[in-house]
Amino acid sequence: MKATAGGSAVPHKARIDTWEFLIRFAIIVVSLICLLPFIHVVSKSLSSDSFVIANKVFLWPQGFTIEAYRKIFADASILRSLYITVIVTVLFTILGMILTICAAYPLSRAQFKGRRVITFIFLFTMYFSGGIIPDYMNINNLGLMDTIWSLVLPLSFSAFNLLIMKTSLTHGIPVSLEESARIDGAGHFRILFSIVLPLSKPIMATLALFYAVGRWNAYQDALFYIKHEISLRPLQLKLYYLVIQASESFQLEATQVQLSNPEVLKASVVVFATLPILCVYPFVQKYFVQGVMLGAVKE
Amino acid sequence: MKVASASQTNHSPLLKKKQGFGYYLQRDWQLYLLVMLPLAFVIVFKYLPMTGLVIAFKDYKIARGFWGSDWAGMEVFQELFAKADFIKAVRNTLLLNVLDLCFSFTMPIVLALLLNEVKSIRFKRINQTILYLPHFLSWVIIGAIAYQLLSEGGGVVNNLIELMGGTRIPFLQEDNNWLISYLAIGVWQSMGWGTIIYLAAMSGINPEMYEAATVDGAGRWRKVWNITLPSIRATIVTLLIMALGKVMDGSFERIYALQNKATTEFTTTIPVLVYRWGIESGNFSRATAIGLFQSVIGIILVISADRVAKKLGEDGIL
Repeated sequence: MKATAGGSAVPHKARIDTWEFLIRFAIIVVSLICLLPFIHVVSKSLSSDSFVIANKVFLWPQGFTIEAYRKIFADASILRSLYITVIVTVLFTILGMILTICAAYPLSRAQFKGRRVITFIFLFTMYFSGGIIPDYMNINNLGLMDTIWSLVLPLSFSAFNLLIMKTSLTHGIPVSLEESARIDGAGHFRILFSIVLPLSKPIMATLALFYAVGRWNAYQDALFYIKHEISLRPLQLKLYYLVIQASESFQLEATQVQLSNPEVLKASVVVFATLPILCVYPFVQKYFVQGVMLGAVKE
Repeated sequence: MKVASASQTNHSPLLKKKQGFGYYLQRDWQLYLLVMLPLAFVIVFKYLPMTGLVIAFKDYKIARGFWGSDWAGMEVFQELFAKADFIKAVRNTLLLNVLDLCFSFTMPIVLALLLNEVKSIRFKRINQTILYLPHFLSWVIIGAIAYQLLSEGGGVVNNLIELMGGTRIPFLQEDNNWLISYLAIGVWQSMGWGTIIYLAAMSGINPEMYEAATVDGAGRWRKVWNITLPSIRATIVTLLIMALGKVMDGSFERIYALQNKATTEFTTTIPVLVYRWGIESGNFSRATAIGLFQSVIGIILVISADRVAKKLGEDGIL
């Protein structure tokens, strides 16, 4: 057998490789389905009007031009929306992290009495909520309508993220480390800042990214709460009015951009709003995967 | 006897706790101080709104305010259940979400099984990076890309169809096509991301089981069927229960970004009605009532699915 291996092993190996090949082929096809739509939109955004109107742009820009992007950067209202989104995302992420840590640390300590009750109070919100209208009335009553605080405060507490952080702190920080610090006379604040937080950098990075991406992409609350103050519209909401509604050309949002060719401009606005995520995405991906896996760990 | 023993067991720990709490408060005051801030947030932004559910049972008039409005008992609900839109919304919500469950729930499992079969780590990693990508886009962007790709006039898919000699298809401008596009886009957005948890579960499978199966002469399919799938069953059940809880829910953002004036047959869902009745028309009582209806059904579904799972010997989530 061994002697003839050179002859018979090849067809045998080829039979195994057929499956391997088919599986890889299927995965590549699915990956391309995920990737090609972007490449098309990017190509469109970099093409000149005439080629797009003639339906000649597929996956490579035709008649390369950055005219559409120049228009976006000349439009104060789009830049203003970007600015609002950045501010809101930063504030939201910081606040979200503070709240998560403040809740997760005490709840992860075994000596903290009343832990069960307080944990229940937090986690109950994952399964039951007042719903859109009571939330809306609450924001209204608190006088937060048409302020950026309506986008920062209400969603900044996330029971799901708390659960991930709490699990991580419970299992990730050795009790002996904390005890020795206590013997040295450190209080809880000191332990939190000098021991727990430095040891929790990966999980904190993960959660900060969860908060930031979630905030960056959301537009539902902005649609509800930013009604009259047009200058406070975050990017996604601006995009909604600019692109989605205009897609049907029933209602066209008044904008300073001259829609000489809506298609190219829409494509570039989409790329413009996606770019920040596309830039950080490859670097943060592993954190996200880590975070999701931690989230899968049940209590 | 019974009463006595009950009061006895109830009493002593309660007393002990009462005595002890001041001590704990003094010892761990820093911890209590820390938890105050998030607690305040939850009370103001999660529990305070829950009191607003009361207006589902009131004839709410903005001018008269929360307390000044008259009680309506179940009138709002009776009125709600009689609405044609309500029936339609419940039907559509169930239709969209059950179909979504069939496709968006199963596709990640299939994809994870495929990825798990690939031995090359490099190949796996590159493809996973690409597959996760759609998850990071907002629904507005996905909606915009969908229109760029699928619109009847200038969408690239239709351009290709025409180039190959076919006729243009109104993917997003006709009701039934819209439904299919809606589902396909949902699968597209979530399938890659959904594989993460399954792949994590699969990485925990003992490789010796595969080796033993190989020795016994099991082929690729046999191993998938008899080892991989049973090993991720608990994960599948857990995720299925959570998905079931959302069957009456559905993403407002997704529908709102993909809807258009030409296709209204399937877009009237519960979240959309809440928005239309409540925020656009100011009928807060009715919109709150339908929201409450939705939450209650959702909770009932989660609890019953959890019970069924436990009866079948799974862990459940509650």
